[in-house]
Amino acid sequence: MGWKFTEAAFKDLIVKLKADYTILGPKRFVGQGRFSDTDLIRYDEIESLDEIVWNEKSTFSPKEVVFPITQTLFYFIEEKFLEPKLDENKILIFLRPCDINGIRRLDTIHLRNGPQSDSYYAQLRERVRFVMMECMEGFDTCFCVSMKSNITSDYDMAVRFGDDEVLAEVKNDDFTRYFSLDLPRVEFTPGFVQENTIKVTVPDGGEISAGIYNHDMWNEYKSRCIACGRCNTTCITCSCHTTTDIFYDDNMRAGERRRTWACCHVDGFTDMAGGISFRKDNGSRMRFKVLHKIYDYNKRFGEHMCVGCGRCDDNCPEYISYSSCINRLSQVIQETDACVKIP
Amino acid sequence: MRENPMMPKPHKVIKIDLETDLESTFRIEVDTPPALGQFYMVSIPRIGEMPISISGIGPGWVDMTIRNVGKVSRAVHSLNEKSILFLRGPYGNGFPMDEFKGRHLVIAAGGSGIAPVRPLLEHYYRNPDEVDKLDLLFGFKTPDDILFRQDIDRWKSRFDTILTVDDACGIWEGECVGLITEYVKNIKLSEYDKMEIVIVGPPVMIKFTAAEFIRQGVSEERIVVSMERRMSCGLGKCGHCKISEYYICLDGPVFRYNEAVKLVD
Repeated sequence: MGWKFTEAAFKDLIVKLKADYTILGPKRFVGQGRFSDTDLIRYDEIESLDEIVWNEKSTFSPKEVVFPITQTLFYFIEEKFLEPKLDENKILIFLRPCDINGIRRLDTIHLRNGPQSDSYYAQLRERVRFVMMECMEGFDTCFCVSMKSNITSDYDMAVRFGDDEVLAEVKNDDFTRYFSLDLPRVEFTPGFVQENTIKVTVPDGGEISAGIYNHDMWNEYKSRCIACGRCNTTCITCSCHTTTDIFYDDNMRAGERRRTWACCHVDGFTDMAGGISFRKDNGSRMRFKVLHKIYDYNKRFGEHMCVGCGRCDDNCPEYISYSSCINRLSQVIQETDACVKIP
Repeated sequence: MRENPMMPKPHKVIKIDLETDLESTFRIEVDTPPALGQFYMVSIPRIGEMPISISGIGPGWVDMTIRNVGKVSRAVHSLNEKSILFLRGPYGNGFPMDEFKGRHLVIAAGGSGIAPVRPLLEHYYRNPDEVDKLDLLFGFKTPDDILFRQDIDRWKSRFDTILTVDDACGIWEGECVGLITEYVKNIKLSEYDKMEIVIVGPPVMIKFTAAEFIRQGVSEERIVVSMERRMSCGLGKCGHCKISEYYICLDGPVFRYNEAVKLVD
């Protein structure tokens, strides 16, 4: 069973929730898009229902809510390490099923890869609650169905936005104290995308051979990819980061240790002091990223890392299509590695 | 309060030994000994953090041999005895010491790759009966680059040792000149199931030295390598050291070569 909110009632719910939650959702930034006269849609704090852009795909994912672009790990005063003060406000994010599944991948890396969990990530993540925005159709570059990330049950509330009403399934009982229980009850459970225009086939188990790593197919990306890292920064699942220490210009005895998103496509990702580095050409970087997303991560954790949100394809300035690359890779694997299952 | 695995702890520098123009060995106070082959994340607040393997282990201390080639290592080289250095760790898996027991072990190290195997050599120097035989093969670029000269002289007295330099520079008094790979065939290997080979050094050295041992009849399963990659966390989160489905900081740095050879950067 669900609840039927009028637009006014849902607006009122958001106002009430804001007393206890920082509410984030996809928001329109007029004229800030990649091309002239286009808008940017990215996650930001929501003041009212009208600001939530629920019927377009956001350019950026909600990743930065749980994994900030830059995060201070320590403040240094001479040789003292001070941890930053924690914000204790609870966070509510309006997001789609693919992004919820993407955040689960971030959880896997930060909380479950290795014996120690990342305390900075854990502290942010446990404050977060999900409002899933129903997504029935997807968008033209989505391939979430192929990646099995079109469906999730991991949400506190699911909503269907209508012209002048909002249907909601409320799974977290804590939320029921923020609206009148006299609201009409309706039969509502959220639907999910059943089919995308773009379909990809991904290797499913088996060992791929050395020939795949050295295959000519990667050569195209040597020149086409410009190593800008947009695919990494817009990807909900890219979790890599680099820590850097700084000291303040006016006082060298004080400073910070910060971590910042890092991109496997960008120069310097593998550089070691002394001059050794790996994957110097951009084709190798494309190969590394693609295999991480649809092969290596699966071998380690039992599900693919890529959730098929298609933002990498949306944002590549060189119009490289990652989804086409996966299909091409699967074809190459089928031709060369009979033992690898391609569904 | 939640435990913060990124929080380094202060450790006292006990002793600094100059090894070459670029490298020094820092002896650092620690409470609990690491396993042989593990590494620490070494920090200088406001400068940065870097992974450094252990080049010596003793009661209450570890040695780290650090080359002065980067921002953090430069700062470490400006420290004095009694300075404080910040450490996290130890991390990584270490060498499979139990599997080496009773075997004919060959340790091949190139350049600064000798640092992570030094604790191994000291262990067998003190416990020579733990292995059936130990052969050492060391390669350095020039005579000036040779690390742990005194240790090598001492090890030589107990184990068959080949020490080679790529370039004699007109000052080399040793017998061997040339790449380490050229001297693999000079080691008299035992039967297949008695051998264990440890190879540590730059990626190119590991690749060609392993190939040479394989040509001499050793199988990939009998070779152990220790790998180095860039790391920011040492905890399996930052992604810099990932190769194929493995994270060097968690699953390595020590790998059997039959596994390592399948890993593609």
